[in-house]
Amino acid sequence: MKTSQILVYHAAYTLKKIRSACIDLAPIVAVIAFFQFVIIRKPLPDFGEILLGTGLVVLGLSMFIEGLERALFPLGEGMAHALSRKGSLFWLLIFSFALGFSTTVAEPALIAVANEAANIAIQGGLIENDVKTRNSYSLGLRLTVAFSVGFSILLGVLRILRNWPLHYLIIGGYGLVMLMTLFAPQEIIGIAYDAGGVTTSTITVPLVTALGVGLATIIRGRNPLTDGFGMIAFASLLPMIFVMGYGMVIFK
Amino acid sequence: METLHHFGKDFLLTCRDILPIILLFGFFQLLVLKQPVANLRSILVGTVYVIIGLTLFLLGLEKALFPLGKIMAGQLADPVFLQGSRASIDLADWTNYGWIYLFAAFIGFATTIAEPSLIAIAFKAREVSGGSINAWGLRLTVAFGVAFGITLGTFRIVTGTPLSSYILAGYVVVIIQTCFAPKTIMAIAYDSGGVTTSTVTVPIVAALGLGLAATVPGRNPAIDGFGLIAFASLFPIITVLGYGQYAQWTVSRAQRKNKEKRHEV
Repeated sequence: MKTSQILVYHAAYTLKKIRSACIDLAPIVAVIAFFQFVIIRKPLPDFGEILLGTGLVVLGLSMFIEGLERALFPLGEGMAHALSRKGSLFWLLIFSFALGFSTTVAEPALIAVANEAANIAIQGGLIENDVKTRNSYSLGLRLTVAFSVGFSILLGVLRILRNWPLHYLIIGGYGLVMLMTLFAPQEIIGIAYDAGGVTTSTITVPLVTALGVGLATIIRGRNPLTDGFGMIAFASLLPMIFVMGYGMVIFK
Repeated sequence: METLHHFGKDFLLTCRDILPIILLFGFFQLLVLKQPVANLRSILVGTVYVIIGLTLFLLGLEKALFPLGKIMAGQLADPVFLQGSRASIDLADWTNYGWIYLFAAFIGFATTIAEPSLIAIAFKAREVSGGSINAWGLRLTVAFGVAFGITLGTFRIVTGTPLSSYILAGYVVVIIQTCFAPKTIMAIAYDSGGVTTSTVTVPIVAALGLGLAATVPGRNPAIDGFGLIAFASLFPIITVLGYGQYAQWTVSRAQRKNKEKRHEV
């Protein structure tokens, strides 16, 4: 290929990526514009700034998606291949747990939720109002959530290896959440429900999914579609159970 | 200058997110697997794309969409706006919050379409299913679920009914659907609940919940303002399972018709 042809090819490829990012963002822009002009009927506060910001979002999203296909998916799948070729269940499980734990323990959203939870517990008179108890409570909560996410990924991998049916595990988990909701202290329930949502970051989701699908593709008798997915579901279910358990132990 | 400062902050945050992953993969490649990574160059380039892409994405959201979305959520929940031209309305009456419900549904839908983790799951689902699961179909179904969930969540804040009863009822629906839905969609349906609530959706939706809880008399923002996230992660499971059931039903109906035709001939 000539240099000019390569250039044209790259330009067309980039434009295609940017175009699809624009389509992804069009609904937000439309909704905000509609409410601003039609319902609230006020001019936009700083039009130039908003235009620049939207441009950055489009550029950022298209770069992220390119990086997703180049780095995050291959990394997760490559690790699934390499570890299953090594044939060591021990290292595979260590890797799964570490992936969940390390990406969650310092997650800013989780730190914010844990601090908020400590405030609510102090207001409710459940723990003493001093810096030391407060910090140890919020750290305990963070470690609980991080441990539960690590355990979720580990459980997800074990499920794929042992071919446990996903829906029984999930329904059992829901049953446990429902049961624990009846007994857990009121102050922890809202936090527990939210903890399920804040655990999986934008970088972790593609890695974990690629790991699961990679494993389900390699192991004979597994279907990537029914067996490869499901780890994110554990990672949003188990933190609820563990956090309610934490509340029940701490507030006894 | 301020933009540069923001860029630096978002850049560091993204690096912090990716650092444990680099350490973990590095440790396993060098010490456990002891073998070189295939396509190392392409992966490194891709990692740089991920870091810069997410940084720009966050920066743009913070500059453009979040402030606007938050102001809007606040304005729509403002008693002055709610009263409008009418002399006085009862703020405790749930029928007076029409625009809020509409905004909740639209913004829930729109932010979900732009959610990068959901895009990743949808790509993978399409690839794995050989195209029989359409990436846009999945994203739209999830977005409808989030829209419905957040609307119901705002209704809950306005009426002040307990969060756990809605969530428990939702679980019962999921369990019943699980008994009837096709196996192929199940894992993806459960996963789609966890990916809807990340980068884009949470900040705007949280602002809506807090603003609304501050306006409605008798609500405590610290307690009632939360919980919208729980709605947003439950209802997509229901819509995706429902979509799977619908797809199965249409296929089986078509097969029945074909059979009948053959019998007639």
